[in-house]
Amino acid sequence: MDELKKTPLYEEHVRLKAQMGPFGGWIMPIYYSGILEEHSRCRKEAAVFDISHMGEFTVKDALGSGIDRAVTQPVERIRPGQGRYGFILNEQGGIIDDLIIFRLEDNSLMLVVNAATVGKDMKVLGERMAPGSLADISSETAKLDIQGPLSREVLENVTGTGLKLPYFGCGYFTVKGRRALIGRTGYTGELGYEIYSDPDTAGFLWRELLKDARVSPAGLGARDILRLEMGYSLYGSDIDEGTTPLEAGLEYFINYDKEFIGREALIRQMKEGFEKKKIAFISDSKRSPRQHYRILSADKDVGEVTSGTYSPMLSAGLGMGYVEKGYEKIGSEITVAGTGGVRINARITGLPFYRNGSLKN
Amino acid sequence: MYYTKDHEWVKVEGNTATVGITEYAAKQLGDVTFVEKPVTGKDIKKGQVLCDVESVKAASEVYSPVSGKIAQVNGSMEEFPGIVSSLPESDGWIAKIEMSDPSEASQLMNAQQYGDYIRTIK
Repeated sequence: MDELKKTPLYEEHVRLKAQMGPFGGWIMPIYYSGILEEHSRCRKEAAVFDISHMGEFTVKDALGSGIDRAVTQPVERIRPGQGRYGFILNEQGGIIDDLIIFRLEDNSLMLVVNAATVGKDMKVLGERMAPGSLADISSETAKLDIQGPLSREVLENVTGTGLKLPYFGCGYFTVKGRRALIGRTGYTGELGYEIYSDPDTAGFLWRELLKDARVSPAGLGARDILRLEMGYSLYGSDIDEGTTPLEAGLEYFINYDKEFIGREALIRQMKEGFEKKKIAFISDSKRSPRQHYRILSADKDVGEVTSGTYSPMLSAGLGMGYVEKGYEKIGSEITVAGTGGVRINARITGLPFYRNGSLKN
Repeated sequence: MYYTKDHEWVKVEGNTATVGITEYAAKQLGDVTFVEKPVTGKDIKKGQVLCDVESVKAASEVYSPVSGKIAQVNGSMEEFPGIVSSLPESDGWIAKIEMSDPSEASQLMNAQQYGDYIRTIK
């Protein structure tokens, strides 16, 4: 096992006495004051997360690079200053990674990919794209997420400019005389921004943001609960190369009116049907479903939990998982069976679980 | 107060043992989000599982430090399971047990021994 990598803000986390833990090959803050406290501050005020472990690639000569066929996003139709969520698929339609593509300018793009998949993505995209068009800038790029209903106000104070970005919009802003890219995206269901910059600028921003008493540092523990309350998939848990966007209920993000690798497989799957389908479920107790718990329908084992948590907003356990075809109907009663005889009664539901976030404020 | 190696505490008043998890255990668990309700009236032996406790980080078991009959369960836990981690050694008690063999409690660690024990596992 390689040594865990440290983000440029590692010393800040140590200074704040964060509980650190491994994630995707990195040593990351799991929590500072407490997971539920940080979750609550993000839902009510604003929380800042160090997400520097995630990968960033740049693409030059966007339209001549061959990227349009390499990913599901209709890159040619993304307007400059906008981003789109989508996937890198294999020929079978399996998800190699999920990613956001920002069109920075007419002919330049930035791709934001998962931490653990940087190497794999570079290899796959490198094979699919024109030589020299793709560059991995992950090691010199820090990423801070500021999320929460007060995040716009707080970030405007620090940057000294108005942030009129629409949802999934992006733009360059000047912080301390240096350029940072800000995208209005996130993983929490709240109004929020993701800020890409050099490590020094990130350190400055981190400290400036935390001078505001309305901002709390938050770790990956809170982030996991926040994303699960929205039903956002986590790569490696809820989606991977063995699942297609159709099985994962993410067809909304697929544009069939363009060519992309994996498209034929998805169309075939639509015609022939799928063997498994992702479901979301909410339990009738505070007990937390956990990854790898079995999903039962009237005592028949029909699937497996891929993510689960206790949700403070819903005061109940909730989770996602995959079930055999025919058992995915919303409203169905299921039992989640864990280790040591744990049995949780749950009901299949639509997403998001939590519907009162400030995401589109 | 007496303590176990599994980080439960016991407070003995007459024949009644009040049981909970220690500050140390609470800190390791983080915010508790669910406590399985022990069954009142049930007989339990020392070392048997009293209940499951779940936190934002993990699920774990609480073992009964003494044998006897479960006489009372903390009613606050169902609605406010967090009390078990925020006030583990006072209002966050889990159950009261009518002991069948009160000598079991006195065989457990005292505060100083438990303090020494925690230092060895840190």
